[in-house]
Amino acid sequence: MTTKLVGAPVARSEDPRLLRGEGRYVDDLGQDAYEVAVVRSPHAHARIERIDLDAALEVDGLISIYIFEDLPQRLQEPLPLLIPHPAISHGRTQYVLANGEVNHVGEAIALVVAEDRYAAEDAVERILVEYEPLPAVVGPELARDAEHAVHDDIPSNVAAHLEQTIGDAPSAIADAPHRLSFRLDIERSASTPMETRGTYARWDADDQRLRLYSSTQAPTSVRAAVAAYLELDLAQVECIAPDIGGGFGVKIMHPWPEEILVPWVAKVLGHDVKFTEDRREHFVSANHERSQVQWIEVGFDDDGRILGLDVEFVHDHGAYIPYGLIVPIITSTQLIGPYKLENYRVTFDSVYTNTTPVTPYRGAGRPQGCFAMERTIDRVAAHLGKDRTEVRAVNFLQPEELPYDFGLMFQDGRAYRYDSGDFPGSLAALKELVDWDGFAQRRAAAQAEGRLLGIGMAAYVEGTGVGPYEGGHVLVEPNGTVQVSTGLSTQGQGHQTSFAQIAADELGVDVADVKVVTGDTRRFPYAVGTFASRAAVMSGNAIHLAARKVREKALRIASEALEVDAQDLELAEGQVRVKGSPDTAIDLNVVATMSNPLRYAFDEAARIATQFAQPGDPDAPPVADDDAPGLEATDYYSPTQSTFANGMHAVEVEVDPDTSDITVQRYAVVHDCGTLLNPTIVKGQVLGGVAQGVGGALYERMAYDEHGQLQNASFMDFLMPYATEVPSVDIDHLETPSPLNPLGIKGAGEAGVIPGSAAIAAAIEDATGITIDAMPITPSQLHDRRLAAASSTS
Amino acid sequence: MTATHGTTTRTAAAHERVEVTLTVNGTPRTASVAPRRLLSDFLRHDLEMTGTHVGCEHGVCGACTVLLDGAPIRSCLTFAISVDGRELTTVEGLAADDGTLHPVQQAFRDHHGLQCGFCTPGFVMSACGFLAENPDPDEDQIREGMAGNLCRCTGYAGILDAVKQAAGAFAGSATHPCEQHRVDADATDGHDREA
Repeated sequence: MTTKLVGAPVARSEDPRLLRGEGRYVDDLGQDAYEVAVVRSPHAHARIERIDLDAALEVDGLISIYIFEDLPQRLQEPLPLLIPHPAISHGRTQYVLANGEVNHVGEAIALVVAEDRYAAEDAVERILVEYEPLPAVVGPELARDAEHAVHDDIPSNVAAHLEQTIGDAPSAIADAPHRLSFRLDIERSASTPMETRGTYARWDADDQRLRLYSSTQAPTSVRAAVAAYLELDLAQVECIAPDIGGGFGVKIMHPWPEEILVPWVAKVLGHDVKFTEDRREHFVSANHERSQVQWIEVGFDDDGRILGLDVEFVHDHGAYIPYGLIVPIITSTQLIGPYKLENYRVTFDSVYTNTTPVTPYRGAGRPQGCFAMERTIDRVAAHLGKDRTEVRAVNFLQPEELPYDFGLMFQDGRAYRYDSGDFPGSLAALKELVDWDGFAQRRAAAQAEGRLLGIGMAAYVEGTGVGPYEGGHVLVEPNGTVQVSTGLSTQGQGHQTSFAQIAADELGVDVADVKVVTGDTRRFPYAVGTFASRAAVMSGNAIHLAARKVREKALRIASEALEVDAQDLELAEGQVRVKGSPDTAIDLNVVATMSNPLRYAFDEAARIATQFAQPGDPDAPPVADDDAPGLEATDYYSPTQSTFANGMHAVEVEVDPDTSDITVQRYAVVHDCGTLLNPTIVKGQVLGGVAQGVGGALYERMAYDEHGQLQNASFMDFLMPYATEVPSVDIDHLETPSPLNPLGIKGAGEAGVIPGSAAIAAAIEDATGITIDAMPITPSQLHDRRLAAASSTS
Repeated sequence: MTATHGTTTRTAAAHERVEVTLTVNGTPRTASVAPRRLLSDFLRHDLEMTGTHVGCEHGVCGACTVLLDGAPIRSCLTFAISVDGRELTTVEGLAADDGTLHPVQQAFRDHHGLQCGFCTPGFVMSACGFLAENPDPDEDQIREGMAGNLCRCTGYAGILDAVKQAAGAFAGSATHPCEQHRVDADATDGHDREA
């Protein structure tokens, strides 16, 4: 038998091409395209009084300029609210170009098309826009205070209010022996992929077809959006996500104004047009995340068992709400983590501010929820003087209690029901990995040298693989190549490799003979997208199911040809062969040729195939009613609910007693995402997530001033971690297979980032004795807190 | 190349072109460029060598790193006309003619030192420049040496391991980190040669 590939650390087939500089990212395409630049609002909130284009018209190389009034009627409609929710009472989305008012710095006002980006920027500089500045609403609390409104017709600034409950939290808290209440803050951050946004469109006037390349996590939906706004048939539009230089959530947002404008202009001008966002634009016009203020009340018993938890939070979704309530709903449900909460109430307001809109960034509301829950547990432990791991342990759902239905509604509108997991097992593994019990000794030794050490941990459960579906197509060509396609796109997750492993296992072929295409609507038109740690779960299982159909067809054809019962055949080493008698075999490519009754002898396989051909039944059609030519199949995976991965991180930090500089000394991860498709890739996903978690805890914040100006819109000032800031990480994988899907897998893409802020906050608190209730935290903020604490006790 | 469409009047300043002659990956190239043309844009859009990527255009992320006379520079902070007469090496110049990966590239593959691949050419070129200057680095020096480039995917662990392996591969070999990889016709060293 061929060695099983699923679970093996197969080297990525993507890499040689990318390493040689042969990647094809959006800006690598369309060398002769016109390029666009966008006039963007310098004000957080203003009315547009006048736009003067005269000076810009003189610019050498200018092709055309468009403002709102130049757009056809369909493009003058607001962009869609992608995911409506009944709780959204006041939904607002932006226009592709501002319609008289701007609501955040960076909002698009005018589109300039020129021979190249240099000329386009020359013209942008010469476009004069006169504004009447309006008061800016910045920060979730000012939004809720509602002294000023972001949108005139929404004086409360509240887009939605939602409450979910389990049991009766207020009564349970009132009756509890111990009670605590406190406030927590999480600041803004953003996905910040290394490749900014980009869209390139070609209109083919002869074919009346549009081809669109976009740096997107949702090419099928971009296609649908473009077809709708440009009033084209879907059949006239194809969208391709070529190599994507990272997404992390921001590129699931669609359609961006430029994704509509660029193809429209390409069609109007009859010329290729390309938009490549620059970094400054990305900071202000591509969406952000995180930002919440949370108020928590908890009641608990003498063992630290949580009897009731009442959480209220304000979620700052920025100037518009295109992605609905996904982020705050995830916060409000995933906050629960691995704990058995029988009395829980969560309410949130999702509010407008004059800042860049908020849509999911890796973790998508979970880091905020994890921060709330894990900081709560740490407070309970501190109050009772108990070990923090013990308090977690008494609150865990036990493995035998799973599957467990909390009675809440998850982000997909489905039941919030954990499928499997072993939380006590994860905690035991984590304590061993980080030597939790040996920490007291390490701390004492450090203390003797005048050093401050602290340890902390945080646990999470992550709903992954949300529906509704993904599909896979598998085709064995007559040359033996296996072509696999799925509609969702890839941003570095190595799908070309892991999906090939899945298909190769089922078809018994060399993984090198499997070619995977993702994110190309020409190859697979139906898809949801790559987000919510769903690609491996959804498309992985769909490809598995499609490959299984192909396998069954191959067995049927070979069974007839060899006159052997299909049960006695196997697929291995590129052949269909008799089990135990591998000399009786047909090559899979010959089976592929035999699957098509039209068999012109273009190649050796066709010549061989004719030898196996049965004398046909003269009364039967060459292609049976229930059959189709070709050794290929399509199938879909559509689960009834998400599958829930989980994990726990422990962090040891050192705080410099003099400067309060914070150094992560150890970082340990225990991670359970079910069956591992490719351990190397999963490890890479976790390590990358941890780096973003560390960045989010210690360095990255979108620093808005009170006028709504982003003060750090560059990599000079927005401090993404370099190699020098990211610690070494120890990882231990548990594999609790999901009972929900054939491969037993759960998603792994976002996990690494979720508990970073919670665990690092806990470690800093442990090192310094300062209660950490807001993240990220800088050394100077920590130092101020330590000085204040020292002066209040002296 | 600048297209010749458009109907507006051309101004002298933007129309001005300066001839630049340089060597890119061993091949002499001559082109006429605007004085303000960035080297990154010149490479990507005039020479159509798109392996060099642009991540920030303000010199922080390192994605656009190329070697100028063997030393790493940010091509996004360099005007094309300023490298007249000089020698450039880009990521396209490292692998052998048959596609066999350069030892630095191979090391990145061996250690999962890339995910989306966008920052990768910059890291590979930085690593080449770093190892040319410091052929026997310890782990701290590698971390410091690679701290001029941003990666948002990997968390850097695979990259640091890769640079360590590459340093070992160069040690005692006649290969120079900044030069194209040469394949011995008889070698069967297991390097990747697939497309």
